[in-house]
Amino acid sequence: MTQIELRGVQKFFGAVQVIQDLNLKIDDNEFIVLLGQSGCGKTTTLRAIAGLETIDQGDILIDGKPVQHLKAADRDIAMVFQSFSLYPHMNVYENIAFPLRATRKSRSEIDTEVRSVAKTLQITDLINKRPSALSGGDMQRVAIGRALVRRPKAMLMDEPIGALDAKLREEMRAEIKRLHIKQGSTSIYVTHDQIEAMSLADRIVIMHEGVLQQVGTPDEVYSHPANLFVAQFVGSPVMNVAEAIVAENASAASVSVGGAAAGFEFPRALLSKLNGHAGGQLTLGIRPEGVLVRREATDGFLPVETQIVEPLGSFDIVDLKVGSKMLRARTKSGFIGGPGEKVYARIDPSQTHFFDAASGKSLGVRL
Amino acid sequence: MAAVRTSSEVTFNRIAIVVVLLVTIIFLAPIYWIASTAFKPRNLATTIPPTVVFQPEISPFVKLFTKRSQMRNPPTPEEYAAAPWWERVVFDGGEKIVRDGKGEVQWSGYPSRFMNSLIVAITSTVLAVGMGTFTAYGFSRFRVKGEADLLFFILSTRMLPPVVVAIPMFLMYRAVGLNDSHLGLIILYTAFNLSFSVWLMKGFIDEIPKEYEEAALVDGYTRMEAFFKIVLPEAATGIAATAVFCFITAWNEYAFALIMTNRRAQTAPPFIPSQVGSGLPDWTVIAAGTFLFLLPVAIFTFLLRNHLLRGMSFGAIRK
Repeated sequence: MTQIELRGVQKFFGAVQVIQDLNLKIDDNEFIVLLGQSGCGKTTTLRAIAGLETIDQGDILIDGKPVQHLKAADRDIAMVFQSFSLYPHMNVYENIAFPLRATRKSRSEIDTEVRSVAKTLQITDLINKRPSALSGGDMQRVAIGRALVRRPKAMLMDEPIGALDAKLREEMRAEIKRLHIKQGSTSIYVTHDQIEAMSLADRIVIMHEGVLQQVGTPDEVYSHPANLFVAQFVGSPVMNVAEAIVAENASAASVSVGGAAAGFEFPRALLSKLNGHAGGQLTLGIRPEGVLVRREATDGFLPVETQIVEPLGSFDIVDLKVGSKMLRARTKSGFIGGPGEKVYARIDPSQTHFFDAASGKSLGVRL
Repeated sequence: MAAVRTSSEVTFNRIAIVVVLLVTIIFLAPIYWIASTAFKPRNLATTIPPTVVFQPEISPFVKLFTKRSQMRNPPTPEEYAAAPWWERVVFDGGEKIVRDGKGEVQWSGYPSRFMNSLIVAITSTVLAVGMGTFTAYGFSRFRVKGEADLLFFILSTRMLPPVVVAIPMFLMYRAVGLNDSHLGLIILYTAFNLSFSVWLMKGFIDEIPKEYEEAALVDGYTRMEAFFKIVLPEAATGIAATAVFCFITAWNEYAFALIMTNRRAQTAPPFIPSQVGSGLPDWTVIAAGTFLFLLPVAIFTFLLRNHLLRGMSFGAIRK
């Protein structure tokens, strides 16, 4: 049972504030992913929890006890580094046994535990090898083994698979998930890769310039991004963002994008949900799969011209010119032949997000 | 894999081999000369042209380790028969080994000077490398205020030729009673080597990723334990290379040893040339002393040669 809580954590590097008033509660057995671009403070947060970095203000609590003044060694937390950090002068066995040697365990106890961890990770036959003789994936397995062997209160992982190649990354991602389900320890995982975050996390914590942007399940941050940063950071291909003007016509609301004369049709309910923001500066966000495309004229669809088509195998991404703006739509592969075609498009109201253009905050409109 | 070589490459290789051989010969010639002189009879040591082929003798080494006096008359057959084999070689040169009243052989000053050299060089090397490693670790891993200035200050102690401070040092040492003492020389050599040791070790420790220690810290070790269990084994190459350089410097130091010591703590370098034998300088004895003096450094360097090579190219390339 391990809960980790951050209360009002602040951290400065000189004059630069790298963590701004961070509050976060992590439940027992939860797999949390800290997601953000490099320099957003996610690694510093992780290192602060590990005890490798001091904080300037706030509390870090493990199981309700403040630990910010404890040494790393006394926090009973394990960490996997991006560089793996296997000790080069020790073989795999010694590397995994190293954390146990800091405890008062007997030689035979250590041996049993090292071998059992090696078995779980399927590295038993590598046990006498030096780290330099291992492949990247095996090094990572050993690094995870070294973290697991002590049965720590929590596992911290700093881009643990960032240094591997794409195929291996996918394999290790699945393996980390499998291990987490099997071992069930509170885990905090740092990455800049949103696919990794989506596939691993129970909850994702998105950070930007030291400020927490949103905490939520992968579905929440994908479907209901709290602000423009999250909206554009999570999801690939990236969400379309455009300034929008909302108008009222006879039967419904109309939203025009990119200064186009004609607007997309929206339910009337939009006006009331925008709650006074309708006249203000609005930014509309729509993921490519929310831009619907037809080849023949259909009710509610506006005529647009196709620009670039990017075939991505299972689907295509098509650039559509709407006014002065380009909207990217996701279509079946081969649906659009090429640039310059005249097709019909509309925006799916239920997948549309509205943001305050000035603050970037979501207006929480759900249609 | 059989690489196909063009004829120009072959020619180049041959020229390279010849050049390397020539350079090796030039470097080894003085060492050969010292070694061969150490085994020559005294009358062949200074012949013109030099003697290259000769019957090797052990007498220079016997003379090096013992006190001798000139004999007026050649030894009687009884004396000759009673003498051990190593004394007979001295008889041939018209000398005899000095014995005390109980008949014990009187040793020359060489063994004790050699011991002094070992004590001073080893202790100062251990101290310089040890302190240097700790200092370098501090500079490498922690934010030290004025780090650049401090490091420059440490380096600047090497910018003056050491002999410049010889007289003030001599006066200070005499005032505090450190002259002609092992401790005095050890302090002196440690101080000389320390700046070098700090800089070299800092280069090595900078190359060790700090994640290794961080991993150890998270794994439940203190910083001190992490230093000894992780950093030291990783820095072994650097420590070995630094130790070789420090040892050679301390072992070969002549000027301060000559000024600061005269008997008790005198090291081998100032002693060897003072061995002039009875009468004219006996070059074979000087050569024998020098030859033995070369051995520890040669052995030490040979044992650590791989580290040394790495150490010399290390830090030259920055990441």
